[in-house]
Amino acid sequence: MTVVGEGRRVDVRKTYKLYVGGAFPRSESGRTYEVRSARGAFLANAAMASRKDARDAVRAARAAQPGWAGATAYNRGQVLYRVAELLEGRRAQFVADIRAGEGLTGPRAEAAVSAAIDRWVWYAGWTDKVAQVAGNANPVAGPYFNLSSPEPTGVVGVIAPQRSSLLGLVSVIAPPLVMGNTVVVVASQERPLPAITLGEVLATSDVPGGVVNVLTGRTAELAPVLASHMDVNALDLAGAVDADGVTWGDLEALAADTVKRVRRPQGDAEPRWRDEQSLAQVLAFTETKTVWHPKGT
Amino acid sequence: MSTTASSGTVVRPWDRSAAQVAQDAAGLIGSAEISNTALRRYLFGLPGVDEVGAKARAAQLGTRSIKTTAKAWALDTIISMIDLTTLEGADTPGKVRSLVAKARTPEPGDPGCPRPAAVCVYNDMVSTAVEAVGSSGIHVAAVSTAFPSGRASLAVRLADTADAVAAGADEIDMVIDRGAFLAGDYLKVYEDIVAVREVCHQGERPAHLKVILETGELVTYDNVRRASWLSMLAGADFIKTSTGKVQPAATLPVTVVMLEAVRDFLAATGVQVGVKPAGGIRTSKDAIKFLVAVNEVAGERWLDPDFFRFGASTLLNDVLLQRQKLSTGAYSGPDYVTID
Amino acid sequence: MSLFEYAPAPESRAVVDIASSYGLFIDGAFTEGAGGSLKTINPATEEALAEVAVADETDVDRAVAAARRAHERMWGPMPGAERAKYLYRIARLLAERSREFAVLETLDNGKPIRESRDVDVPLASAWFFYYAGWADKLDYAGYGPNPRPHGVVGQVIPWNFPLLMLAWKIAPALATGNTVVLKPAETTPLTALLFADLLQQAELPPGVVNIVTGAGPTGAAVVGHPGVDKVAFTGSTAVGKSIAKQIAGTRKHATLELGGKAANIVFADAPIDQAVEGIVNGIFFNQGQVCCAGSRVLVEEPLHDELVDRLKARLGTLRLGDPMDKNTDIGAINSARQLERITDLSAAGEAEGAVRWSADCAIPESGFWFPPTVFTQVSAAHRIAREEIFGPVLSVLTFRTPAEAVAKANNTPYGLSAGIWTEKGSRILWMADRLRAGVVWANTFNKFDPTSPFGGYKESGYGREGGRQGLGPYLVEGDVR
Repeated sequence: MTVVGEGRRVDVRKTYKLYVGGAFPRSESGRTYEVRSARGAFLANAAMASRKDARDAVRAARAAQPGWAGATAYNRGQVLYRVAELLEGRRAQFVADIRAGEGLTGPRAEAAVSAAIDRWVWYAGWTDKVAQVAGNANPVAGPYFNLSSPEPTGVVGVIAPQRSSLLGLVSVIAPPLVMGNTVVVVASQERPLPAITLGEVLATSDVPGGVVNVLTGRTAELAPVLASHMDVNALDLAGAVDADGVTWGDLEALAADTVKRVRRPQGDAEPRWRDEQSLAQVLAFTETKTVWHPKGT
Repeated sequence: MSTTASSGTVVRPWDRSAAQVAQDAAGLIGSAEISNTALRRYLFGLPGVDEVGAKARAAQLGTRSIKTTAKAWALDTIISMIDLTTLEGADTPGKVRSLVAKARTPEPGDPGCPRPAAVCVYNDMVSTAVEAVGSSGIHVAAVSTAFPSGRASLAVRLADTADAVAAGADEIDMVIDRGAFLAGDYLKVYEDIVAVREVCHQGERPAHLKVILETGELVTYDNVRRASWLSMLAGADFIKTSTGKVQPAATLPVTVVMLEAVRDFLAATGVQVGVKPAGGIRTSKDAIKFLVAVNEVAGERWLDPDFFRFGASTLLNDVLLQRQKLSTGAYSGPDYVTID
Repeated sequence: MSLFEYAPAPESRAVVDIASSYGLFIDGAFTEGAGGSLKTINPATEEALAEVAVADETDVDRAVAAARRAHERMWGPMPGAERAKYLYRIARLLAERSREFAVLETLDNGKPIRESRDVDVPLASAWFFYYAGWADKLDYAGYGPNPRPHGVVGQVIPWNFPLLMLAWKIAPALATGNTVVLKPAETTPLTALLFADLLQQAELPPGVVNIVTGAGPTGAAVVGHPGVDKVAFTGSTAVGKSIAKQIAGTRKHATLELGGKAANIVFADAPIDQAVEGIVNGIFFNQGQVCCAGSRVLVEEPLHDELVDRLKARLGTLRLGDPMDKNTDIGAINSARQLERITDLSAAGEAEGAVRWSADCAIPESGFWFPPTVFTQVSAAHRIAREEIFGPVLSVLTFRTPAEAVAKANNTPYGLSAGIWTEKGSRILWMADRLRAGVVWANTFNKFDPTSPFGGYKESGYGREGGRQGLGPYLVEGDVR
């Protein structure tokens, strides 16, 4: 609340909703839950997504996937870079969000936002380079053209980190986007607001609807839906270590039923997100496709 | 397809009149008028040939292991399909008579040994050869039409052919105009063949017409397939790979592509055209690979000297050596077969 | 009786000595197994070839312990250049003894000698030769400086290419500095045991490669052993899923190379003779017992009848019979169980209304055989169009447009391979981009090379074998998941 002049102006508060298929629906279940600051103050009611919301998000992600993967790498790079530009413009809100949500000091919150934006730029630059670094011609013993190149895996379910609500989130959703995967992310249960704000940024960016879908709610309820969903191709469980009521091994076991690619948490606790930036994370959500063709006249 | 062919009656190509040939061609290309445009459209509508795949198929056929009774049958069949050939500037009547003698008695000690199908000589040696073969049943084939380059006027090439026919040649091996083919003048190639065929049919018995594509100059298998069909459309009785004067000559893959063409032509028209690889087939081992290809690609209908020939000069003796090995169990040597 | 009747041309089996019984190969020596024994038979005759020891958990434990010791004391610290020389030795020995391996493979597996001689064994040797060269060049492989091996690798391989799959597994594992516990398939253990003999000739240090024979429980013991750092499996999707489940929540890594239901897409402008060969090779190579087999032909509708006619004519020339005969094209099905599956699924195809055609060939009296079979009027809903048959059974479906071909090809939980036949280059590349399959063969099919990565999308598994990419799964830095 801010005092304006002599009268007291009442804030217009934001309703935090889900971000699915480029739209901002409420949970079909009608449920919400209270989000509180690190100090325990009420911040907002977030939508508590249901299994059906997760299903809708997967459907949206699947629908968006061929188009996103089919865009030129140059175009994906530009679109992702544009997101960084918009993040920069919204940095004040993100700083405020994570100061409140994560209880960081101003400078540390500023640093986290800066790191998140820089990370987005770093990954945006990879779109038209991954195939050159991870793909290659194969000198087979015969008259054949033979080329291997990385391609997107498809729809990736991401369990976002519980603590690092912006930098951690960006660290897990940007890598799969690089090569043309689409993402359904379960935001930090306790700290979901930066994820929704990020959804608002994405909605005003050039990222097509459905490429990133953000669910808020109980990780323990939503993660198994993604892990077992037969139309999800891969799971990033890097953020699943500290989620309430979640054992990442159980999610991996569910994923086994459809041979999903699973990126496991690297340790028993959330990593230092500042260091979590690598090409390997991009490649974790790619498939090598090898094409043969005879060479003759 | 062979399925269609086996159900209908099969026409021998030399039994057709010129009108029937033209009618078959018009039916295939879907145009009564045979023009360059119509031929081009038709030939370029044929399925392509993937070079790597065609070579792989030939190589696989070449791995068949033909032993004991199968080998004995194959060797005799190969002999019966040979056009025993001499095409040298130094050919003399004596050389030709010697060649014919070899054809008449390939294995002096074994009267059961089959004879080659024909002797193949230059035009001016036809009368010598005809006299020498006598009533043996061995055919005389003449390479005509300004062989091997074919670089002469049509009138000269037709006169060349007429000479050979008049001298009693049973078979005429003509060359196509590769220059015209490569330049896209398919009508010229077509009309040349039609004209030569007409000369072949002037006698009381038609001389069988073998059309040499000279595949070594056509280079691509797509060209080989198109030239095969163009020749068959124009009335070829046989399609033949090479003159033997250009390398590469008769390779197995080229022959496989041509066998596919005659197989498909039979399915399309009911007419069975023969195939003659010539040049470079020197060993029994190689010849057996060709025979396997005939058997498995075109089908056993072509395992017949009327429809498959080997144009070769040294092949016969190698087959005879192998034949001796099969009967005695010991490896033979060059002193145990006759040179012609 | 045909005019040109090929006389029998059997390869001699004198080149190989089969022992009456075999132990486990652990720590460089053959030892007794504690799990009893099993008989391996020649599927072409049902003749018993040998008794083979079955490894139980204690045996697997010994093997893993040996592999661990070898990794820590010997193979891990050894410079890559020295490891390379052992791999080169193995490649050369395989080439030198190629006939012996080919004959034994054919006897134990039932595949035609032509294939074991011309494909399986030469490729196995080439695989070792290729990965040998990587052993001292791993810094250049794109996985950062000094990439590290996992340690002990547990590998479980199938019966369709027993020696070749062994090579695909062992060569990259050893090149990267891992040591190995390998379990061959229950029905085809003999070439792996002969390979152990070859390793003794190569003087590979004890424990670097251990071979434990047995059935499913032995494999599960290898996969589940806590001392195994990485698992590599080739086999059915069902078993692959259970392995993924078994190691979920652990720090064990896995490479899975599972089933497939590949579409071989034929456009009306295809090079027709090569397409027919490619289809035949795609589904009848190794009796169709190939995970990447082109078991679904999708043909552009105008070409359908002609293609089916040509296929039937071609299948009529395939020679089914004694796998040891050098002219045999179609050998025996590997086991009674597999034959039963093929028979059942084919019956289901007929029951569901597809039209069945089988080549007219004489079936030998003993052994396990199935004639080359083509189903037409197959729809995408039929079981034979969806389930992996793993036999010489082809389903023919039609499509109208390139987009429909892609949609039908991708309409499967599998994604291992696909074929495209057309003379139009830009269409090939358009299709290749959209096919969800790890290997796309355009105007060719079933080609393999040690430099070329192989592996699936979706339920066909993950990880790649072959090429630079084939190193990654055996390196901590390259195991991106």
